[in-house]
Amino acid sequence: MSEIVKEPSMLLQKEMIARNYEAITSKHETGRKVSSTFVPGNLNELLLCFDIVNNLPEINAIQNGMRKLSGNYIMDAEKAGHSEDVCTYVKADIGMMGAGNIAPNGKPFPKPDVLLLSYTGCYTFMKWFELLREEYKCPTLMLHVPYEGDGHSTKNMRDYIVKQLKEVIIPGLEEVSGIKFDIDRLREALRNSAKAEDNLVWVLESGKHKPSPIDAYFGGVYYIGPIFTAFRGTRDAIAYYDALRKEVQARIETRQGPITPDGSNFNDQRYRLIVEGPPNWTNFREFWKMFSDEGAVVVASSYTKVGGMYDLGFRHDADNPLETLADYCLGCYTNRNLPTRVDILAKYIEEYEADGLLINSIKSCNSFSAGQLMIMNEVERRTGKPGAFIETDLVDPRYFSAANVKNRLESYFQMIEQKRLGTAKAA
Amino acid sequence: MTSTAEIVSRCEAIFEDLDFTAARAWKDAVPGRKVVGFLPLYAPLELIHAAGCLPLGLFGGGDKLEVIHGDAFYQSYICRIPRSTVELGMTRRLDFVDGMIFPFVCDVIRNLSGMWKIMFPNVWTKFFDTPQNFDPEIGGSYYVAELQEMREGLEALTGRKISDDDLRRSIALYNENRRLVRQLYAFRARQPWKAPTSEVYLLMRAGLMMDVAEHNALLVGYMAAAEKEDRPKRDNVRVAIYGSFCEQPPLNLIKSIEMAGCYVVEDDYILVNRFLTEDVALDIDPLQALAAAYIGHSVETSCKYVPREGEKGKFHVDQIRKAGAEGVIYATPSFCDPALLDRPMICKKLTEEGIPHISFKYAENSGQMQPVREQAGTFADSIKLWS
Repeated sequence: MSEIVKEPSMLLQKEMIARNYEAITSKHETGRKVSSTFVPGNLNELLLCFDIVNNLPEINAIQNGMRKLSGNYIMDAEKAGHSEDVCTYVKADIGMMGAGNIAPNGKPFPKPDVLLLSYTGCYTFMKWFELLREEYKCPTLMLHVPYEGDGHSTKNMRDYIVKQLKEVIIPGLEEVSGIKFDIDRLREALRNSAKAEDNLVWVLESGKHKPSPIDAYFGGVYYIGPIFTAFRGTRDAIAYYDALRKEVQARIETRQGPITPDGSNFNDQRYRLIVEGPPNWTNFREFWKMFSDEGAVVVASSYTKVGGMYDLGFRHDADNPLETLADYCLGCYTNRNLPTRVDILAKYIEEYEADGLLINSIKSCNSFSAGQLMIMNEVERRTGKPGAFIETDLVDPRYFSAANVKNRLESYFQMIEQKRLGTAKAA
Repeated sequence: MTSTAEIVSRCEAIFEDLDFTAARAWKDAVPGRKVVGFLPLYAPLELIHAAGCLPLGLFGGGDKLEVIHGDAFYQSYICRIPRSTVELGMTRRLDFVDGMIFPFVCDVIRNLSGMWKIMFPNVWTKFFDTPQNFDPEIGGSYYVAELQEMREGLEALTGRKISDDDLRRSIALYNENRRLVRQLYAFRARQPWKAPTSEVYLLMRAGLMMDVAEHNALLVGYMAAAEKEDRPKRDNVRVAIYGSFCEQPPLNLIKSIEMAGCYVVEDDYILVNRFLTEDVALDIDPLQALAAAYIGHSVETSCKYVPREGEKGKFHVDQIRKAGAEGVIYATPSFCDPALLDRPMICKKLTEEGIPHISFKYAENSGQMQPVREQAGTFADSIKLWS
């Protein structure tokens, strides 16, 4: 199968990611310190203040999933005693370590200097870093972010996070890096973040156009790449989102859709979908093609909010540097309770004039998956738009059944057609 | 004096009654009484009690409940307890429950709290997030404010203030409860043939469905009766069970392990009234006291972060040594993220300490006990022969 055809912004991002992997794997030459941390609720602006390079185990697992390496890594981890029931990101990461811990640039990952456990919206993170700590024997800094169980954050939650930042995380990073914390440096990074976030939101909201100039799921995972990872807070991220915005603006002006995996312009958009849940990575292109071949474009998704819900108005705020980090961590998608997730998805259906909600339920991600059937039913009830459910996994190829997924998608599209016919008749 | 059989029989009836007749009767006995359900694992029962409510432990539907509606809410790869809890709710078995507390255990229980809000909008539903930072000034302060929020929620539910004195009275009763539970566990560790785990388990489960003072009396009665009864001591192996803190195994599984030649002398079944390992102070602000106990004196279990690597699993090893267990059965519900992610780390620690261990998975409705019996029996034999 040939490579996915890349849009210019994808190529720019590819270069940025390669540069970050180079920074990680060359730490012994450069003397830079490396942290491992997670995507949701990451504190990249803070790490920048200490010149610490950011390595993300989930992203490594995704990279290995897309490069068809994760299957063996997962089985190796299971042979070593890890359960078949748990998160496959964890097992892909642990299996990779056992196989030499080789980064996508072909060089070995160095041991991290610190595990920065920003524990937002996913229970597994906590155990994952306990497991990595056993391996790396390096300091682990835990930032506990309470869950928004009542649908909102409270002053107590925010104060708790700020206190941890002041008394645990910042002193810990100072010790690891040998660099004293400079709040002005943090403010500068936060200002950079907000600029990039403005453009990201503009891009994501362009899905409201018809035809949509973006695919907010399969394309969306590229759009969120820099801002959810090692680049938020940098000038690189500002440049990337400027370029991305121009690219999307050009498509809006010429009424063009995004590029499909085959390289054609996706203009014949027959179905506009909202998608909930992460994508499958081991068969990413095949999965994407099942949608584009049927003329289904994703106009908004929840996965692109997993590292921050900027479209609901949040921006990193340089005037309240630590408080804004707390608010960011609290507001990530999976840190919001089920009723809030229903509200968000129902709102997307209306605002993006979508035909319905499709849920990709991930076997090894309870944070997203537990309760999704209720989400589907509630969104259907509130919007009157049909929902559908498919099941895959993150990076375990054993749980991707192309025929099953395709069948279900085709049935779903037929259901949307019938719904349209019914609506037309009623009118 | 009441015999152990009578006490256990009463507890078993409460345990098996999925219509919660005893709790309903408690509520009906006095107009205005409220019942607050809580899921595993740890909830500050003192607060619920001080509010004049009955804290009702809800640990799924066990193997007696046919899950029909609940399965429609969950994919095949999600554990059993949320399904059967939903089933209990949808079949109106919990229609007398005025409030529900979902303590932090994992993402499944966390999300279930939101589902409950949608399904039962008239029930006061609270997700209770305990701190993972164990510095009294950081996690402790946060926790005090969370307890205060829960106190206010309960006050709104009942329409009455919870005074500090109310709370202290409840704390004293629960301190007594914890002391008696510790005594019972120590008694079982000393003479497990006199206090089989299948009985102790029922005593614990029923205790979380009745008023604490009543449970205290029951514990005293059981220990007195068990001490006096002449029960034969068998040539069993002494084992600890870990991994079973949330979704509970069927009672038959517990019995099967015993029948396979194991005395269970240490376990993490339920854990609620053993979560705090020391008394909660009575001479300071009661919320501060509850927080201090949680921060400084609570068990290590899979839904808690262990800040220092060297400490990981140490709690288990200490408990195993204290109870004189010769081996560990790591028994986990299928799809239980906390226990299954923890398992390699805990088992590694056991290996380092030279403690034999095996592991298997179960579900609350597991029906086939033969494999469990064979596995546990083989494990017991191997310890007898080789350890």
